[in-house]
Order: sequence, then structure tokens, then C-alpha cells
Amino acid sequence: MPLLREISTLLAKDFRLEWRQRAALGGLLLYVGSTVFVCFLSFSLRGGTPPPPAWNALLWVILLFAAINAVAKGFMQESPGQRLYYYTLVRPQAVILAKIIYNALLLTAVALLGLFLYTVFLGNPIQDPALFVVNLLLGAVGFATTLTLVSGIAAKAGGSGATLMAILGFPLMIPMLLLLIKVSKNALDGLDRGVSQQSLLTLLALNMIVGAASYVLFPFLWRG
Amino acid sequence: MTTAKIIGSIVGLAFTVGGIWGGQKLIEQRSAGTGWKVLTAVLLLAGSVAGLLIPVPRLPIVNESIRNLFFHVPMWFSMFMVLMVSVWYSILYLRNPSTRLDVLAHEAVKSGIVLGVLGLMTGSLWARFTWGSWWVKEDPRLNGAAVALLIYGAYLILRGSFRDEQQRARVSAIYNIFAFAAAIPLLFVLPRVSGNSLHPGQTGNPGFNQYDLDSTMRPVFYTAVIGWILFAFWLTQISSRLEFLKIRNDEK
Repeated sequence: MPLLREISTLLAKDFRLEWRQRAALGGLLLYVGSTVFVCFLSFSLRGGTPPPPAWNALLWVILLFAAINAVAKGFMQESPGQRLYYYTLVRPQAVILAKIIYNALLLTAVALLGLFLYTVFLGNPIQDPALFVVNLLLGAVGFATTLTLVSGIAAKAGGSGATLMAILGFPLMIPMLLLLIKVSKNALDGLDRGVSQQSLLTLLALNMIVGAASYVLFPFLWRG
Repeated sequence: MTTAKIIGSIVGLAFTVGGIWGGQKLIEQRSAGTGWKVLTAVLLLAGSVAGLLIPVPRLPIVNESIRNLFFHVPMWFSMFMVLMVSVWYSILYLRNPSTRLDVLAHEAVKSGIVLGVLGLMTGSLWARFTWGSWWVKEDPRLNGAAVALLIYGAYLILRGSFRDEQQRARVSAIYNIFAFAAAIPLLFVLPRVSGNSLHPGQTGNPGFNQYDLDSTMRPVFYTAVIGWILFAFWLTQISSRLEFLKIRNDEK
């Protein structure tokens, strides 16, 4: 199927680009690392680990800002000429799907690394690790689907792209974040998994809606 | 699902589709439309006067403040309706771009924001006297309303950051549809899922669930709902006409 081949080519291109410009990837990892370290230093004033609700809230705030930074560069680092070149080669659906998959993989890596650093520095109060990690992965994929189209929109506006992206993206992500934080609180407290089931299903449905909307809308964005 | 619920959702769907279709007709109307505007004024006046005067059932906690049902709830309904009309205009714009459709979508969003602010204010005033505080953090609906206003604030900022008019129209139409698809349904679904709302009629709070609306309140409530929805269309019609005139003036 040509669409799949186009997607895999674009994905390979994105990974290769990322590898060649390691500064961006390194910057992202350093960003996560230094934020976690700042949290560690702040909490060490009061003797060690934060209480579980604060632990949870901080983790998601760190991941949210890391996600904004990670996704923001996706469309913005491409020049208009480059975009025109892709336009002649592949169809827009392939571009958006490849970008979403790429961002989802990137954010999954960032989230897992963030969680690792976080538990090393700030302790590990999670009582249901499997549920927590599943929720974290759903969160990474959800951030990627929502933010990819938003970054495309912000890139069109030019100028202050990152600020605009935060303004456009945050309100859209609040409903998702509320669900994610609720499930991760359940996992922290080790509640029965049945309690989280409905929220997890809603999250999954939300990811699908957002993915479908991006798929339908991106060709219009690209035509300009 | 009971039969009553199924019939209820079908009626709701028909009402929504009819509202969008009718709203579009009314907003784009060429003639003066005196008839429906007089009707709007009468309905709004009747709804407000009757809403303040009719006898209401005395429920614990809400008491007289139940009258806010005739103001606050219709405002949210009309906000939602006019925002859906706006999304419909954005879809039409993407299929067939024109300045006209862009202006209509933009003005509909602005009316929606006005009604949203009104709904937030009446709700906040009501909360002060019923729940004892202007803003209650435990209620997911309040937070949902705030998020909805943030989204449409972001829409206005996005429009402001373009120089090229065509690009502004296209990108803001895309954001309008995307935001509606991604967040708005959830803001209405989430409060029901999380199930700890303080709003009357939910999780054991006494109040005006549609099944215990009493028979004197029901007609007044429907009058107010239709009146406020028509008002939103009227507002959009006037502001978009003004915008068309400005554009025509600039072209000369």
C-alpha cells in the first residue's frame, strides 16, 4: 500500500534528521533531566520525597512542558521550500500520520525516561506500576496526537510559534490531563483497576477522535 | 437504555440539527426579519418576567434560587447552539472558501463567547448564594466552562496573529473544528462520567432534573431556551452585517 510506504519513508527521514541534529534531542533530554533535578533540590529542603499528590501533579506538569517543547520543533524547523518539496512527493495524510507516529514514539521515550529519573530522584510511591505505565503511554500518545496538529497550526502563524502553541494547546489538553491525572492517582493509591476502567476507555476514545480529526483536517492546513 | 431515554436523545438530535439549519437561515437572512425578532423579544421578556414571578416548588437548598434555571441554563444552551453553527460555517468554509463564511464563523464565535460569559456570571452569582462561594473547585462543569472559554479566547488570539487574510481564515477554521471535536464533547461528557458534580439534579443533589421539572416550570423554561437561542442568532446577524459593511467600505 503506497500510503504505508510513504509513512515509513517519512518516519525514517524524521529519525535520520533527529539523529543528525542531535542537539535538539539532547536539549529535550537535558530539559527533562534538569527539571527533575530542580524538583529534587526543592523538595530536599523538606527532607526527601514529596507527598504522593504533589509527586503526581509535578510529574504531569514536567511531561506536559516537555511534550510542548518536543512537538513544537516538528513543523517549525521545516522551511516553506521544504514543505513545498514534500507536497509534490507525498500526500498530506502520510505527512500527518508520520508526524503523529514519530511524536508518539518520541514522547513515549521522553515519558519513560522522565519517569525513570523521577523515581530515582524523588522516590517511587506507585502501588500499581503496570496501570501507571499503561496510563503514561496513553498520555504520551494522546499528547502527540493533540499537539501535532496544533504545532502545524502554530507553524503557519509564524513568529512566536512556541507561545502560540501553548495558548492553543493547553485548553485542548486539559480534559485529557484531568483523566490522566485521575487514573495515575488511582494507580498511585493502588485502587482496584475497575475504578479506572471507564476513564481509560474515555482516554482511548479521545485519542481516536483527535487522531481522526487531525487526519481529516491536515490536508486543508497543508494546501496553503 | 429505556424507551424514554432513546426518544429523548432523538428529540435532542432533531432539535440540534434543526437549530443549526434554522440558525444559518436566520443569520444570513436578507430581509429585515421583523417577525422573528419581535417573537424573540416577546419570548425573552415573557421568559424573564414569568421566570421571576411564577410560583416555584420549594426544594431544599436551592429554594427560590431555582429561578436561575430560566436564565443560566438557556444561556448555556444558546452558547452551545451558536458555537455549533460556527463550526458548521467553518466546515462550509473549508469546502468552499469565501470571506463571507469566514466572517460568519468568526461572528458566531464572538456571540458564543458573549453568551458563555453571561452564563458563567449568572452561574457564579447563583453559586454564591446556593453553594456559598463564587467558584467551587469540586465541580467539573465549572472547570469545563472555563476551559471552553479559554479555547475560544485562543481562537481569537490565533486570528490576531495572522497578516494574510486567506491564511487566517483557513487556519482559524481548522482550529475551530479541531477544538470543537477534541474538547467540547468531552466537557459535556466528562462531568457525567466523573459523577461528583454539585450541580442540581446530579448525584443526589436536589434540583431540576428534567424528570422533576414541575409542570408550571416547564413551559417557562422552554420559552426562555427558545428566546435565548433566537437572541444569539439575532446578535450574530447584526454583528456579521456590520462586518460585511466594514469590508465593503474598506474595498471602496
